[in-house]
Amino acid sequence: MFTDDAGTGGISAGGPGNSAESNRRTGGDLLQLITPAGDRVSHPEFDSWVQDVSDEQLGSLYEDMVVIRRIDSEATALQRQGELALWPPLLGQEASQIGSARALREDDFVFPSYRDNGVAYVRGVNPEDIVKAWRGNALAGWDPYSVNVATQQIIIGAQTLHATGYAMGIQNDGADAVAVAYFGDGATSEGDVNEALVFAASFQSPVVFFCQNNHWAISEPVRLQSHIQIADRAAGFGIPSIRVDGNDVLAVMAATRIAIDRARHGGGPTFIEAVTYRMGPHTTADDPTKYRDANELEDWAAKDPIARLKSLLERKGLLTEDFETAVAAKADAVAKALRSGTINMPEPAPMDIFKNVYSTPHSTLDRQQDHYSRYLASFGDPAEAASEEGAR
Amino acid sequence: MTQMTFARAINSGLRKSLENDPKVILMGEDIGALGGVFRVTDGLQKDFGTHRVVDTPLAESGIMGTAVGLAYRGYRPVVEIQFDGFIYPAFDQIVSQVAKMHYRTQGAVKMPITIRVPFGGGIGSPEHHSESPEAYFTHTSGLRVISVSNPQDAYTMIQQAIASDDPVLYFEPKRRYHDKGEVNESQDLSAALSMEQARVVTDGTDVTLVAYGPLVKTAKDAALAAADEGISVEVIDLRSLSPVDFATLEASVRKTGRLVITHEASQSGGIGAEVAASITERCFYHLEAAPVRVTGFDVPYPYSKLEMHHLPGLDRILDGVDRALGRPNSLSGLEG
Repeated sequence: MFTDDAGTGGISAGGPGNSAESNRRTGGDLLQLITPAGDRVSHPEFDSWVQDVSDEQLGSLYEDMVVIRRIDSEATALQRQGELALWPPLLGQEASQIGSARALREDDFVFPSYRDNGVAYVRGVNPEDIVKAWRGNALAGWDPYSVNVATQQIIIGAQTLHATGYAMGIQNDGADAVAVAYFGDGATSEGDVNEALVFAASFQSPVVFFCQNNHWAISEPVRLQSHIQIADRAAGFGIPSIRVDGNDVLAVMAATRIAIDRARHGGGPTFIEAVTYRMGPHTTADDPTKYRDANELEDWAAKDPIARLKSLLERKGLLTEDFETAVAAKADAVAKALRSGTINMPEPAPMDIFKNVYSTPHSTLDRQQDHYSRYLASFGDPAEAASEEGAR
Repeated sequence: MTQMTFARAINSGLRKSLENDPKVILMGEDIGALGGVFRVTDGLQKDFGTHRVVDTPLAESGIMGTAVGLAYRGYRPVVEIQFDGFIYPAFDQIVSQVAKMHYRTQGAVKMPITIRVPFGGGIGSPEHHSESPEAYFTHTSGLRVISVSNPQDAYTMIQQAIASDDPVLYFEPKRRYHDKGEVNESQDLSAALSMEQARVVTDGTDVTLVAYGPLVKTAKDAALAAADEGISVEVIDLRSLSPVDFATLEASVRKTGRLVITHEASQSGGIGAEVAASITERCFYHLEAAPVRVTGFDVPYPYSKLEMHHLPGLDRILDGVDRALGRPNSLSGLEG
C-alpha cells in the first residue's frame, strides 16, 4: 500500500537501506569502480554489489555496449540516407544505459525517454522496433507489456510520474517489482519530475529515478538546469541519492542494484545521477559545434565508456582475438538485420490512421472514417489514391 | 427509488464502483478524511481504506501522471480535480498522455481513467472556481467527455465512465450538487441508456433547445415558460460532449426546424459551435432559421457580482428561442 500512513507530515526517508549514511553519499562523491584508464578500483561498500559479476558477464556487458553503439551508428547512417526521419544518438551513454538495465529483474518496469535505446535493447526490444517510430511507421515501436518497457517518452520528464504511479500500483498489489524512470539532466527542471519526487517520497513507492546527466539539453548546458549537483536535489525531497560515474558500467550496475534492492525491500525511492556525456548531437537535426567547445568533447572522449571496459578486459586477459571477433560479428549482424528490417518495414495502410483512437466505437470518428474510406474508394484502389494524396 | 442530492448520487455511484471492482482507486486533494471540498467522496476513505481513496499531494499534473502509471499497472483511477480552474496544470498529462496512450501503443495500453471535474459558475466563487473548460477536452481525440444534469444520471454515468476502457472527463455541475432527485440504486447498469447518448427531456415541436450540465434545468424551465406563450420547445440533454449524439439532435431538428444551443462556457470554439456546424451540415434543408447560440461571453470568468450576466439564464435562453423563431427579440433589426 502506498498510503501516507503517518498522516502527520509523513514524508520520511525511513526504511531498510535508507540510512542517513546513504543520504550523506551525495555531496559530490562520484562512485567509480573502473577508472578511465581501465583500472579496477575497489570501493569498500560498493564492491559487494558487483562481486558476483563474472569475467564472462563483464564480457557480455562489453558486448551489449558495443552492439548498442553499432545500432546507434547504423541508425544515424540510416537517417543520413533518408531511411529514418530523425535519430537521437546515445553515443557516450552506453555504460549508463547498459549497466543500469542489466541490474533489473524481468518483472521490473521501465519508463524510458526517447534516447534510452540501450535500455530497450537490453530488455529485449527488437532493434528495428526501436527505429520504427523514427521512420514514421508508428508512434511507438513495441507493446510495453511484452518487454516491461513503456514506449519511449518524448515529453520531457512526463514518464517519471508514470513510473511513480506504476510503483504505487506495485505497492497496492503487494508485489516486489520496481519501476524505473529514465530521464536526463534537462528533465530535472520540469515540474513533472519534481512532482514525481514528491509523490514517490510521500508514498515511499518502489521507484528508481535514473537521471543520465549527459551535460546537454539540446544546446543548454547542465549549469542552466541546476545550480547544484543534480543528485543533491534529492535530499530536499527526502530521497537518498547516488552520484555515479555514468561511463563506468560496473559502478552504474552497483548503484542501480543498491537502489533496486532498497525499493524492492520497502525502502522507497532512490535518485541516481549517472554522470555521463552526450558525445553526439541531440538528434541528427542538431549541430553541437554551434554551442559547445571541441575541447570538452575531447576530454570526454578520453573517458569513453567502451574504451575503459575494453582496457579492463585487456588487463584481465579477457580480450582475446576470438572474443573480439565474436563481438564484432554480433554487432555487424545486428546492424545488418536492423538495416534490412528498416528498409523492408511494411508500410501502414491508410485506414490505420483511425485505429485505436478509442477502445470502443466513437460515433463522430466513425463517421469521419466512413467518409474518408468512401473518398479513397472513389479513386478505385484506396492505397494508390492515398499515396497520390500524400505526394501532393 | 431513493431521494438524494446530486452530490450524494455521485458518492453512491463511486461506492458501487469501488465495491464492484478492486482495481478502482480514487485519487485527489482532500478527498479522504474531509470527503472532498464538496463532500462528494464523503465516507469513502473510511469504508475502503487509504490505499483505495488516496489523498494526494497538491500537484494536479502529479495526480494525473501517477494515474497514468496506475492505469499502466492495470488500475482504474478516478481522479478528482478540485475545481475546474485547477485542471490546467494537468493539461499536458491529459492531452499528451492520457488521451494518446491507447493510440500510441496501438491499443496495448488502456487508460481507463475517469477525471471528475466540478465545473461551472453560479455559486459566487473567487477566480478559477467557476470555469467551464470542457471544449479544451472535446477538441482532444482519445478522450470521452460527458456532463451530467441530474442525480440519476450522476449515479449511473459515473459508473459507466469508470467502466469505460477509454479515459472519460466527467463534468459535474457544482451549483446543482444540492439539488435533489429520485435515484434508483438497484438499477441494472447494462440496461441504462449508454453514456454516449443524448436524452430528450421535454418533448416539443417548434424549437430544439440543446443544453448540458447545469443548464439543463434552466432549459427545462425555459421550455415551461415558453409553453405559456404557446411555443413548444423540445429540450435535449446532450449528456455526452464527445462524442455528441448527433443522431438524436438531427431527429429533433428535422422535426422542429430550429435549433438553440446553450452553455455556460464562452462561445467561440465551443460545444455550441460544433453542434451548430454539424447540424447545419447534416440537415441544412430542414432548418428554417440559422442555429442560435446562447452562451457565456468570450470573457474571462467575471467576478461574482457580474456572473449572472455571463451565465445564460431563463430570459436569455427565451430570447434565443425568439431569435430562432424569427419573433421580435433583443437582436431584432440587426443584421447577423
